[in-house]
Amino acid sequence: MRSDIQTGRLQLDRGGQIFLILLAVTTLLVPILNLAVPTDSPLHVSTFTVTLLGKYLTYALLAVAVDLVWGYLGILSLGHGAFFALGGYAMGMYLMRQIGDRGVYGNPDLPDFMVFLNWHELPWFWHGFDQFWFSALMVVLVPGVLAFVFGWLTFRSRVTGVYLSIITQALTYALMLAFFRNEMGFGGNNGLTDFKDLLGFDLQSDATRIGLFIASALALAGGYLACRYLVNSKLGRVAVAIRDAESRTRFIGYRVEQVKLWIFAFSAVLAGIAGALYVPQVGIINPGEFSPLNSIEIVVWVAIGGRATLYGAVLGALLVNYGKTYLTGVMPDAWLFALGGLFVLVTLFLPQGIAGLLRRKGAAA
Amino acid sequence: MKTLDTLRTTMRRDQVWDFMRPKQGLELDMSHGTILYLEDISVTFDGFRAIDHLNLYIDAGELRCIIGPNGAGKTTMMDIITGKTRPDTGTAWFGQTIDLLRLSEPEIASLGIGRKFQKPTVFEPLSVMENLELAMAADKRVWPTLRARLTAEQRTRIDEVLETIGLQKHRAQRAGALSHGQKQWLEIGMLLMQDPYLLLVDEPVAGMTHQEMDRTAELLKSLAGKHSVVVVEHDMDFVRSIANKVTVLHQGSVLAEGTMDEVQNDPRVIEVYLGG
Ligand SMILES: Nc1ncnc2c1ncn2[C@@H]1O[C@H](COP(=O)(O)OP(=O)(O)OP(=O)(O)O)[C@@H](O)[C@H]1O
Ligand SMILES: [Mg+2]
Repeated sequence: MRSDIQTGRLQLDRGGQIFLILLAVTTLLVPILNLAVPTDSPLHVSTFTVTLLGKYLTYALLAVAVDLVWGYLGILSLGHGAFFALGGYAMGMYLMRQIGDRGVYGNPDLPDFMVFLNWHELPWFWHGFDQFWFSALMVVLVPGVLAFVFGWLTFRSRVTGVYLSIITQALTYALMLAFFRNEMGFGGNNGLTDFKDLLGFDLQSDATRIGLFIASALALAGGYLACRYLVNSKLGRVAVAIRDAESRTRFIGYRVEQVKLWIFAFSAVLAGIAGALYVPQVGIINPGEFSPLNSIEIVVWVAIGGRATLYGAVLGALLVNYGKTYLTGVMPDAWLFALGGLFVLVTLFLPQGIAGLLRRKGAAA
Repeated sequence: MKTLDTLRTTMRRDQVWDFMRPKQGLELDMSHGTILYLEDISVTFDGFRAIDHLNLYIDAGELRCIIGPNGAGKTTMMDIITGKTRPDTGTAWFGQTIDLLRLSEPEIASLGIGRKFQKPTVFEPLSVMENLELAMAADKRVWPTLRARLTAEQRTRIDEVLETIGLQKHRAQRAGALSHGQKQWLEIGMLLMQDPYLLLVDEPVAGMTHQEMDRTAELLKSLAGKHSVVVVEHDMDFVRSIANKVTVLHQGSVLAEGTMDEVQNDPRVIEVYLGG
């Protein structure tokens, strides 16, 4: 029970505190265990594991972004994978340009796939991506602007609920089909890959891997804190009001469409940043990332972790993805069934997700 | 003929050049002691006349009760005042200068007409205080809302309203956990946070216990004077306990008006309630 109204100052909940402490400890420990501990020691963390953890952290940031709009604003976005992928493509384009003449065809001006397609000139939308600052800007702008335009069209016509979810699915599906086409100029179904280096650092080196891992951890912490600030603010309470009683909120004078629009666009930006950190760690981005199933999976992470807690989303993303890595290693075919089964079980028995279970335990103790 | 009229209205010079239109004074002017004028209002829904040449005047600071059988048009009348329903004919003025029929729902709300609906809607996951905070008159655009901090003055205002509605002890409680009666009071409190001139309250005591009814009567009486209050209610004992002036609506128009005793002894009213 909160005895007072929270102000704009950042106040952390217990779950969030624990999460941030664990994140900080991991971020300090993992590089040491990787770089300073000898390879034959049982404490050594392999570079492969570091990269895997870094990838999970970007998923966690993506889950936080989805929880912000779903848990607090009531928009069940089944298209956040699209914003993630767009951020990833923006980063991928930068990494492609960094290859320079080291590609298979050795063409200094064009990426390999364009040479292969017999193109002679760089398409206009590839210009600028040889600059890191420009690419970084696009990582934020492309998902942000797309979400803004999408939200402007849908929220203004008061599309809500299931219809909105279906349209977000359509959005990511349409993008997937478009990116599959070679003529689009994003590498078709192969996507962008064979990256060499980022800001001059060799992507294969341990140090760069560690750097990317730390960057992902920082992005997750920053994204989490920004979302926490938002949900603790008066705007966060307006969001909850919109989630539960939209027309009433409109009636007391809030511009519901505007609130939705800005929070949705902000969430898309976070998803884009997550995607941009994901791509250099996995070394590839292709249209499969736009697959509607991916976006649904994100929502399942959040549901399993626990909606409207933010740290629950992190927990869900980490646990489910760990389970996925493990299961696809042991029984590749079982994964989708396991995920579906888990989702059903959680919805039936843990409507508040794992975070809800932990909170109940914490309250009982 | 009708098209010609429409054409004439559309082509009026002040319609074509909106700078020629007299600026609507958005300041409430109650210099004649009347806050609300409804004149000759009619509304038809699919051929059914819900409101029929209705005339109603509410004084500044008055507490008025409106009674009438089901379907008499009481809720529809409130819909017209708040801009939710547009009448076919008639005029609705808020004070001397504000033409309600030209304004949208949120505009009317922000001018100082607060409405409580039949079904209470509070924001359940938020605390009582937070509900009041959201309802408070403030800059409600996105960025200012993100940056908003409560000033000492606003805290005082919230405390005042908490006291008025008698929910000081429940300030930190989740609104969803309040009793039905407490939710109704919270909703009235949310209206008060917007400092309205006119409060429209639709069936406030439906589903309340006797104790809650008594407290609601006290609350509404304490609001009169500072605000004009219009209460629609079916419960006659409750109406008797708060009203000095009662209006009886029947089939969309005023059947009788006066003190509770006058109204109750009016043969037409008896006929509608007993003979109808
Ligand atoms: N939007 C609408 N469309 C069609 N008919 C309507 C509409 N709104 C109200 N009515 C009709 O208008 C009449 C007056 O309704 P209203 O809700 O104003 O009555 P009321 O006096 O508030 O009744 P109650 O005491 O039951 O609340 C009713 O017959 C109702 O069915
Ligand atoms: Mg009614």
